[in-house]
Amino acid sequence: MLLSIQDLQVAFRLGERGAKTLVPAVKGVSFDIPENTTLALVGESGSGKSVTAMSILNLLPDNAQRSGRILWQGRDLLAASRPELQALRGREIACVFQDPMSSLNPVFTVGTQLCEPLIKHLGLGRRAALARAEELLAETGLPEPRRRLAAYPHELSGGQQQRVMIAMALACEPRLLIADEPTTALDVTIQRQILELIARMKDKLRMSVLFISHDLGVVGEISDRVVVMRHGVVREQGDVAQIFSAPQDAYTRALLACRPSLTDTPARLTVIDEHMAGGTSAGTASAAAKNPDAPVVLEVKSLAKSFFIKQGLFGRREFKAVQNVSFQLRRGHTLGVVGESGSGKTTMGLTLLRLHEPTGGEVIFDGQNLLALDDRQRQAMRRRIQIVFQNPYASLNPRFTIGQTLIEPMAIHGIGADTAEREDRARALLAKVGLPPETFFKYPHEFSGGQRQRVAIARCLTLNPEVLVLDEAVSALDVSVQAQVLNLLRDLQDELGLAYVFISHDLAVVRFISDEVLVMKDGQVVEQASAAQILAAPQQDYTRRLLGAVPRGWQPGPPALATR
Amino acid sequence: MSAVMPTAAMPVQRSEGVWRTAWRRFKGDRVAMTSLVIVLAFITLIGAAASGLVASQWQRELAVPNAPPTFLGPRPAEDAGTLAGPEAKPGAPVDLSDIDPLAPRYAEWAERAAKLQTAEAAKVETLPLGADRLGRDVLAKAVKGTEVSVFVGVLAALLATVIGTLLGAAAGFFGGKVGDFLEWLYNVFTAVPDILLIFAFAAVLGRGVDTVVLILALTGWTGLYRQVRAEFIKHSSREYVRAAEAIGASATSRMFRHILPNVSHVILVRMSLLVVGFIKSEVILSYLGLGVPIDQVSWGTMLAEAQGELILGHWWQLATATAFMAVFVTAFSLMADGWRDALDPKLRGAE
Repeated sequence: MLLSIQDLQVAFRLGERGAKTLVPAVKGVSFDIPENTTLALVGESGSGKSVTAMSILNLLPDNAQRSGRILWQGRDLLAASRPELQALRGREIACVFQDPMSSLNPVFTVGTQLCEPLIKHLGLGRRAALARAEELLAETGLPEPRRRLAAYPHELSGGQQQRVMIAMALACEPRLLIADEPTTALDVTIQRQILELIARMKDKLRMSVLFISHDLGVVGEISDRVVVMRHGVVREQGDVAQIFSAPQDAYTRALLACRPSLTDTPARLTVIDEHMAGGTSAGTASAAAKNPDAPVVLEVKSLAKSFFIKQGLFGRREFKAVQNVSFQLRRGHTLGVVGESGSGKTTMGLTLLRLHEPTGGEVIFDGQNLLALDDRQRQAMRRRIQIVFQNPYASLNPRFTIGQTLIEPMAIHGIGADTAEREDRARALLAKVGLPPETFFKYPHEFSGGQRQRVAIARCLTLNPEVLVLDEAVSALDVSVQAQVLNLLRDLQDELGLAYVFISHDLAVVRFISDEVLVMKDGQVVEQASAAQILAAPQQDYTRRLLGAVPRGWQPGPPALATR
Repeated sequence: MSAVMPTAAMPVQRSEGVWRTAWRRFKGDRVAMTSLVIVLAFITLIGAAASGLVASQWQRELAVPNAPPTFLGPRPAEDAGTLAGPEAKPGAPVDLSDIDPLAPRYAEWAERAAKLQTAEAAKVETLPLGADRLGRDVLAKAVKGTEVSVFVGVLAALLATVIGTLLGAAAGFFGGKVGDFLEWLYNVFTAVPDILLIFAFAAVLGRGVDTVVLILALTGWTGLYRQVRAEFIKHSSREYVRAAEAIGASATSRMFRHILPNVSHVILVRMSLLVVGFIKSEVILSYLGLGVPIDQVSWGTMLAEAQGELILGHWWQLATATAFMAVFVTAFSLMADGWRDALDPKLRGAE
């Protein structure tokens, strides 16, 4: 047994000087990692999966208390001294983190950062270390490894940065790789490449991988064994085939059920609590067909947005972020916009609201060209087209109570006669998005991501908009919370007849909510068709690649990521 | 008897506001609380001095010149014998009454002089913290000096903060031409050596407490401006500001209703540092003779006087002014540090 965790408990000392409280994060977790095995830790945020993994090398903050046993090849790591742990870190056990952008030091070149563990742990000379670093980069599939050695992290894309992180982790050929949500920040296509890379390196180096993820779809493709965690305890563990084909625990079953899939389109998604309670309100009936002749609320004709990058002293280069986008959006319908990062989908959404000034084209809203309006008319139109942003932690003002947040837009646009009426309206909207009334006096930091996203949606609804632009509105949420928010969006659409522009990189989500799909690449629309059509018969290679990259979970038969 | 629903009577739970949370965190910080108490004590002292309750008589010369502090005891009487001059020669004075035209009136004058009450009180030999070269109480001077110095420091810091925040907010939020112009202004101000700039302003504006305040505010806003500008650049592209724009909030509302409260901890702390810095600057200005006028006293004028006294071994004025300043500045800095920790949202939850 390579690593054996026995009854691990981790608690954090919290609170200010004086009154200290002990908050348990992990409550007695046990599992084993045999050699040359990929073990996946799955759970929602707050389930204690990352804390469990980080306590192996004691990479936790100082206020953490650990008890239990962590046996590394028979040695208890909880009792190990700092120098002993430092000798293990990077040499025997290596880590890859979620956000490659912030895990790499921006002021050193990739080469310098790669050489550090080689020189420190393996005692290589500078020249030999550089040669080995180049080999490692080549192994991780980075093109032109020699040139990349001299590059700084910002010169690489997210996927390339994650490759560098993996190369760094594998530099000393560790026995165990801890990968903490290594693909969550990446596009689906890049995610697939990174998963393949990890699987390949595992076979090549005959190491074990502890893979942490909230996404069962990803886990099913890469792991041999799965441990499902919730609220700091293990709900179920077993072989991947057993977890996916015959899950024993209600929570595991609910997790499996709540993910939107590419193959069927239920009217509502399953929500964990309902599923565990045995409710079957979701997943049975297919979505009702929408009225194809509903009035067009938004029509976009050859919309374009360019950024100008300064070059030299006077020159400037045009960067076409969005070119020639045209579509029609009917009342009560949803337009899905998919593409990799950098494809211009977010810029397109912001341009619709004129949060970016467009460089060309027309946005016709209710018969008026939005782009030709003067300031006052624009203010009136602004009310009718609203946006929900990706990151619910950043899109609410932390110094406003939820009540203030909701009343502000009404006060600006003169909706409601006085403050009392606005407050009533705000409370009604909170109830509508499924939040309790005491939310009104609370501050954003008291809420989870899913609740904040509900508040953000309620803020848009205060203005009675007709079109909502949802810019990756569920991408930052856990799978289970994502299902709740998607259900809410669908309910609101049915009730209020809203039209959505739904921007996402996740095809399964887009498939669930959209009627029509726009596939964007490098600022241009490469394919535009109904959701069913795009999935059933994609016309473009690019669309097919996006579809192929969606994680499908464990499939019976030979493993998806077999040794190549 | 009707059953009363216990929940119905309960008021809706209101959450602790950001400021209240900050105050709770601040209260838990022992060092910061001690500093706060010291600062409050100084403020009370200033209030008392300003309303004339204490140290209103600081200009009275109630002790012998350079009287030492009480704990040192009175200065030993100087041995006059060694300094004997020619007038000390013995011998009867020459009688000049024959030729002195005023001689008949001497007796009359002496009589009148005897009638006059001389108000000359007995000068005390020692004072609690000694006296300056005119015999004025150093303690009273220091208390009165506190009033002027802290007033100058706080008012100048407030003024500089307002200037820096407004310009920084405009430069950071709008950028472009406005930002370029303000950057240019900033560069001009920082390119000129500080002390030269202060001299220039002092030469134009003349002398007085209000001038010192103006000089310090007009030269001291630059650092705060830069920091506020950076914060506004950072925050103006945040999603919550974007969201405010999407709901139609005006530029002013976004700048001052949305962003300003979120960068207030930076501004507050920076302002408290300015207070400390300006108190020290006022000392330097007064020392150079550009500060407060002769008929007022500040820690700076005390230090300026102390320069000459020190050669004669009269160190107590220097020590008193330094001690007052050191205690206040240290307490103020530590208090500011406590505020920073309490207000910074990033530190919340950590031990």
